[in-house]
Amino acid sequence: MSRRVFGITWPLFGLVLCLGVAQAEVADTEQKASTADHSKFEELQQEFATGPDVTRACLKCHTEAAKQLHKTTHWTWEYNHEKTGQRLGKKYVVNSFCGSITSNYPRCTSCHIGYGWKDGNFDFTSEEAVDCLACHDTTGTYVKFPAGAGHPAYEEKKMGPQVFKPVDLKTVAQNVGKTSRQTCGACHFDGGGGDAVKHGDMDRTLGKPSKALDVHMAVEGLDYSCATCHTFINHNPAGSRYQTTAKDTTGVAVPGIKETRATCESCHGLTPHPRQVNNKLNDHVDKIACQTCHIPTFARGGTATKMWWDWSTAGQRDAEGKPIKKKNEKGEIVYDGMKGDFVWEENVVPEYHWFDGTVRYSLVGDPIDAAAAPVEINHLQGSYQDPNARIWPFKVMGGKQPYDTVNNTFLVGHLFGQDDAAYWKSYDWDKALRSAMAQAKAIGQTDIDYSGKFDFVETRMYWPITHMVAPKDQALGCAECHSKDGRLANLTDFYMPGRDANPWIDRIGWLLVLATLAGVLVHGLMRLVVGRRKA
Amino acid sequence: MSQVMLFTGFERFWHWSQAILIFGLLTTGFEIHGTYSLFGFEQALDYHLILAWTLIGLWAFAIFWHITTGEWRQYVPTGKGLMAMVGYYAYGIFSGEAKPYHKSRRAKHNPLQRLAYLGFKIAIAPALWISGLLLLFYTSWKDTALGAALPLEWVAWVHMGAVFALLIFLVAHVYLAATMGEPWYSLLKSMFTGYEEVKEGN
Repeated sequence: MSRRVFGITWPLFGLVLCLGVAQAEVADTEQKASTADHSKFEELQQEFATGPDVTRACLKCHTEAAKQLHKTTHWTWEYNHEKTGQRLGKKYVVNSFCGSITSNYPRCTSCHIGYGWKDGNFDFTSEEAVDCLACHDTTGTYVKFPAGAGHPAYEEKKMGPQVFKPVDLKTVAQNVGKTSRQTCGACHFDGGGGDAVKHGDMDRTLGKPSKALDVHMAVEGLDYSCATCHTFINHNPAGSRYQTTAKDTTGVAVPGIKETRATCESCHGLTPHPRQVNNKLNDHVDKIACQTCHIPTFARGGTATKMWWDWSTAGQRDAEGKPIKKKNEKGEIVYDGMKGDFVWEENVVPEYHWFDGTVRYSLVGDPIDAAAAPVEINHLQGSYQDPNARIWPFKVMGGKQPYDTVNNTFLVGHLFGQDDAAYWKSYDWDKALRSAMAQAKAIGQTDIDYSGKFDFVETRMYWPITHMVAPKDQALGCAECHSKDGRLANLTDFYMPGRDANPWIDRIGWLLVLATLAGVLVHGLMRLVVGRRKA
Repeated sequence: MSQVMLFTGFERFWHWSQAILIFGLLTTGFEIHGTYSLFGFEQALDYHLILAWTLIGLWAFAIFWHITTGEWRQYVPTGKGLMAMVGYYAYGIFSGEAKPYHKSRRAKHNPLQRLAYLGFKIAIAPALWISGLLLLFYTSWKDTALGAALPLEWVAWVHMGAVFALLIFLVAHVYLAATMGEPWYSLLKSMFTGYEEVKEGN
């Protein structure tokens, strides 16, 4: 009897084994033929209680990884600008979305590549606080809890209506791999607090884009991940919004000369267009960023991006004291008692500006001129005269931010927290601003005190558009700009054919042409009249 | 009176192909200038460039022809008879006076024509050529000393100024050439056939 059972079992076992091998082969191709199978690693054969426990295991082999990450902006959220001397980064700048991370840490740092940045005293030298899984998860199950200071849910947690199940850290750790559109997108697609809010050229539709949406990342095409272009060297990605390479003059990335690929020129070179009757497209490379023509509109994937956020109207609550929410016919939230009024737009035509890659910020403490509103939160550098500047497309985020009417500077607000000062608790701006400004001073973000008097000022903030590159047949035609009311109508510091003309040459020229025409007509008529009389 | 071959085959070919090219250049050029849209900016630019290069090639042949045949002398200005021509167009033509000028094989243009054509050849055409090529190859010289001294819009202004001068020339030229013969269409006809009635002894 037992022999008979064995007789059947062995072939079955063999079949299962074969299936297993077949499955492993699929997994291997997906992993781009990695030479390491993390599920076989001894260090990962354990249950992990927390994220830092996983990191400790990772660091046993990847001994230098945390040290590398400690040097990146992904970790420090601090960017010391070489050209302007400004201290930037999420830690210090103000933006026109949720304002500032100061005093709101556990909520904001759910997108930090670390664990436990819950107040102004986070230990940036801690190696085990580095979150490896946020970027290297391949299972799609590793989700950081939105208010967990970077930790995922270790037990079932709720955030509003959303339920966060505890993450199976062992499975996630055993299946680590390369970064993907999903891992990067978990934070970058949701920048500003939700899908498509912040950038305009990055939202969840890029997780599985069509060719028309993104010719490089299209699943039915090149299927690039973010890191295909944002090359990582020592865990440090290429590409920066604080110091953008607005004009790449090196061209194609050749080992030993250029190791990163975050510019278009890194692959397409400096004369990217085939020579035609006119070679003007290649001539444009010196003054026009590739993105300007090749990203005709942003928010093209079917999800609208937030274009306006007015904090001054926040605070409306219903009879039970709950913040009111209003939606438009498309289901987009256009008013939220916690946040104010919003405007959403799809297929947005960018604004175009000269840009040399350097961005200055109006930081907390910097003077602003509220009388000259809208006040720019960040300032683009560059002009036609500047050989390093090109015309770039931008999303311009509008809205209203709190500012100090005595000190004339932006204020940061304490929004998130369980304490009474938090705006989302007591809906008292004065308390929220006082609390956040005290913390801003404590961490050295500013040395200015809150005067106690505040108001809201209209602001503009520039976000360079560089993703959602369309197929070439959808690039802009000449007349989009070379016409009287074209896309570049606001850039008046240079001569452009089709748009500009010396009005006096045109006026006097046509006048003389018409005078000549009138002259010959009169002359001819007179000849006819005289000739008839004679006849 | 006798029939004389006034315009050789090359001259006629040159004249009429130049006329077609110039009308094409004007049509596409004003579109590039933003006066109207017809072909679309890029198409207009491409046509403009093809027409311009063709015209430049034609001119190269014409210049060669003028030099080798000595026909350039037809455009040497003369003061003799100039005022008489002006007087004829302004007054004499209405009072029935005879044309004060009789063309011949060696002097086929009247003094006014000589001046007008010379102006076209040494002022209007070179201004268009030079400014046009500068516009086309702007990126090659904008970073040189020339670029520092010469703003792009000035080049465009010269190009447009020359275009208007050309238009004025064309209006007058078409009127005079098409209606001033005896009979009125004879000059136009001779530009097709090459032959014209010329007074004996000239």
